[in-house]
Amino acid sequence: MESQAPATLSLRDLFAGFFAAGISGFGGVLPFARRIMVDQRRWLTDAEFADLFALCQFLPGPNIVNLSVAFGARHRGIQGALAALTGLLAAPITIVVTLGVLFERYGKLPLVHHGLEGLAAGASGLILATAVKIATPALRHSATIAVVALAFTLFAILHFALPVVILIAFPVSILIARGRTP
Amino acid sequence: MILLTLALLFAELSLLAIGGVASTLPAMARAVIAHHWMTAPQFAALFGVAQSSPGPNMLIATLIGLHVAGLPGAAIATIAMIGPSSTLTYAVAGWWHRFREARWRRILQSAITPVTGGLLLAAASVLLRAADHDWREALISVAVFLVATLRPKLHPLWLLAGATLVGILGFA
Repeated sequence: MESQAPATLSLRDLFAGFFAAGISGFGGVLPFARRIMVDQRRWLTDAEFADLFALCQFLPGPNIVNLSVAFGARHRGIQGALAALTGLLAAPITIVVTLGVLFERYGKLPLVHHGLEGLAAGASGLILATAVKIATPALRHSATIAVVALAFTLFAILHFALPVVILIAFPVSILIARGRTP
Repeated sequence: MILLTLALLFAELSLLAIGGVASTLPAMARAVIAHHWMTAPQFAALFGVAQSSPGPNMLIATLIGLHVAGLPGAAIATIAMIGPSSTLTYAVAGWWHRFREARWRRILQSAITPVTGGLLLAAASVLLRAADHDWREALISVAVFLVATLRPKLHPLWLLAGATLVGILGFA
């Protein structure tokens, strides 16, 4: 099934769609981007969205930023990529810079400082929840558990540099995936 | 000079951010501490601020840039964090689409998941150690983790607001 979107969306559509996803995306933009692109605007089918997202998860960098670039480029080349990207980031960057300026100015006041300590503890709890959710599918087979453990140990316990961790763990993971992929 | 350092740091992390920016948080924390730009607890607090804003979690790069070199720093860090990976995405997107049925693509795709899982768990452990300097903060982290896991539909902003409030009430 093909999506019902016109073959090429306008730069304005791209900017507006990703602007809406960016401003509503608290704690991860992905579900909001999916809702807007698949359910509301019908730019993509579920399967097309999943395929596009697989690319953006596979490539390095912020997933949702990659998604905006790939989708924008498919419709309008470089200009489309830039329209989608700036739409996605315009509001969040304005908001985070405002928060950042307030943090730099008031972060040392005792009350704010204690609030920030609570906030930091909460945010790391949230990251743990995300990490567990993403790691769970890999925790069903002993071979992929070994890769999770390998990447974790090299990075968090042995403090290897990130490129080294990837250069060791990813080839091992490819070898395992080769055996498991029909 | 400091802008160049920021640009190089985040451009490198941009290309290393397998499975998303969160995988690079330990490397980011290590770098900002090594440069004496901030302490580990400050980094954790800044990450909390980034999480309180809508938008992708790469905004931590914007905040580090702002902290280190004001608005120019924020701009440089943001561009460096998205520039290289976006260029790569732009270059390979069409090509990836063409090979959607290929076996090697499915292999690469399933190989990335366990690596990402390990890197994200590492990121969580580094942030937890930076944020939780005593049992009360650890309790906040555990509570947020449990609620977020058991009630995935709950808006994360409520959890962050609750954690902030507990921080203010419990420590002031």
